[in-house]
Amino acid sequence: MSWSSLINILFIALHAMVPITLTAVGEIVGETAGLFNIGLEGMLLLSAFMGVIGAEHAGPIVGLLVGAGTGALVGLVFSIISTYWKGNQMITGIGINLFAAGAVAYSFVVLGRPGYRLLDAADRLPAIRTPSGGLSPIIFVAILVPFLVYWFLKRTRAGLILKAAGEAPEAADVAGINVNRMRLLATTFGGLLAGLAGAYMSISWVGSVTKGLSAGRGFISLAIVVFSGLNPILALVGGFIYGIFQSLAIWIKNTPGITFLPWQVFDMLPYIVTLLVVAGVIGRVRFPKALGTPYKRE
Amino acid sequence: MSERELLAQDIKGALKRGLFGLSPIAESLVAAALGLIIGAIIMALSGFDPIVAYAALLKGGFASTYALATSAARATPLLLTGLTFAICVRAGMFNIGAEGQMYMGALAAVTLSYFVLPPGLYQIVGILFAMTAGALWSLIPALLRVFRGVSEVISTIMFNWISHFLAFYLIAKILVDPARSSQTVRVPVAARFPILIPRTDLSYALFAALAFAILIYVLLWHTPTGYEIRAAGLNPRAAKYGGIKSKRTMIMSFLLGGMSAGLAGAAMAMGTPPSYAVFAGLSQIANLGFNGMAVAMVGRNHPIGMIASALLFGGLAAGAREMQISAGVPVEMVGVVQGVIVIALAVPELLRIFRIFRKRWPRLFGRRAEV
Repeated sequence: MSWSSLINILFIALHAMVPITLTAVGEIVGETAGLFNIGLEGMLLLSAFMGVIGAEHAGPIVGLLVGAGTGALVGLVFSIISTYWKGNQMITGIGINLFAAGAVAYSFVVLGRPGYRLLDAADRLPAIRTPSGGLSPIIFVAILVPFLVYWFLKRTRAGLILKAAGEAPEAADVAGINVNRMRLLATTFGGLLAGLAGAYMSISWVGSVTKGLSAGRGFISLAIVVFSGLNPILALVGGFIYGIFQSLAIWIKNTPGITFLPWQVFDMLPYIVTLLVVAGVIGRVRFPKALGTPYKRE
Repeated sequence: MSERELLAQDIKGALKRGLFGLSPIAESLVAAALGLIIGAIIMALSGFDPIVAYAALLKGGFASTYALATSAARATPLLLTGLTFAICVRAGMFNIGAEGQMYMGALAAVTLSYFVLPPGLYQIVGILFAMTAGALWSLIPALLRVFRGVSEVISTIMFNWISHFLAFYLIAKILVDPARSSQTVRVPVAARFPILIPRTDLSYALFAALAFAILIYVLLWHTPTGYEIRAAGLNPRAAKYGGIKSKRTMIMSFLLGGMSAGLAGAAMAMGTPPSYAVFAGLSQIANLGFNGMAVAMVGRNHPIGMIASALLFGGLAAGAREMQISAGVPVEMVGVVQGVIVIALAVPELLRIFRIFRKRWPRLFGRRAEV
């Protein structure tokens, strides 16, 4: 393995890390407040698609904003259903995934090109040029956001209130905290980050959107949240580990001469590693007491 | 209050209770209506005529023997993958893994072509292969949940992706048809489910699915094991206190679910003319596992209710083609409708919200509310 291919693997890993880390950090905020959102996968796909539509009309920055806005909107719908309407979060999330898959496939056909949408080079987010290749600016956002969110959750009063809404909603309610509103804000913010992650994938990283673009990344993010134990900085680490394995799989597939295993095995690798990591850390991780249950006043 | 008024009140109350007794069904109907309405809005926004579209959908899904047979054929695997989800919900878990377990079942059924068996045994052996494959594929997530506490939601989804690539590999390299590289070997003629209605896709696989649904109903509601599974799902702590072994019921429900998904795979591989094989890219079986979850929810996770909801979604799938041909609406519309239905069903107060809405509706138009 030469020096340049090592750099190459690192660059791909950094790019692959971004959607996982951003989505996982958003979900950490939501889970801290007590909402479990399995609809992340659908949010990623929907915002990746909407982001491309936005970028086609008004350039990459607007595309990213449209994507983030789409994610926030879906997060808002999810949180209204699972707070004020006391809906089942698991079923709402499954519904969001089914809806997103259907809506994106439908829109592809309605807009004329079934299954695929390629962005013009001018509508893609420009990469930062380095001697060894381009780096997406969003990578630095994805590295910065976990630290900001860590600071917010551990060091601010608002972060503590959020935690109270997830740990002991009754006590928080008695203390005058509007539990449902806190949860709504947390999940909407989580949706915003997932939306940014989705738009990053289509506008900055891949440069196109397909029905399969999200490829289970929403679910992998959920697994990374488990790995992190709701610590955003560990979500950054988990996202990077995932990125390394994704990158290795791509590198091995593109390297002639490695035939001792079929390429499909390497495609499985990120999922197998995610599963092993989750199985390995579980037990030492503690989640908010009220996670996944709507808050009802007695 | 006079006796007569009291009596009238009693009758009114009884009627109301009767309606409330039906509320799971009413909720499903309201959710289905909501899905169709939002679907209509989206269609109208994208320039289609929703009335023409739904008329075509209805025609293609239910209006003729051919349409009904096609709907029932589409409903067959959905009922089974739906049962996978429903059994585990009854046991208190969310098993999202029907998709991968079904792939494994379908591929296991295809391997029949490498065996020489007495003619009468092919179908039974094929079903057993598929069910075993599905059950084994669901066993690892079940064990991870029981012994390591890994959320079954995450593990089954990871397993779906692993099985996705495993299936790609098996189709391309191991089970490939030497004559056509884009599909697996074909299920031998003797192993195929006979066609029930000529010139349609409806095969005897339907009866296998119905029999399995009824079996699950009897097992869950009329045997001690089923009672234990449901008790563990309703209140795990009370069940444990009552001496129910939760590990056993968890593994049991996962295995039953895996068998059901495996059978769905067999129904597709052994009962879908004209190919009787699995295509590269999994085109004809992809998403059946996910769509089954919608069937389970609309059928309120009850095998008998799910027979009805499977027919509904089978009809949507079958009618979608007619909708595309005569109204120009892409078949993918059905996925949108399905998603909205599931989201609507997550809201326990859907009916209450609906009632408030109905009460306010006349006022909005200047008429007095009757209620």
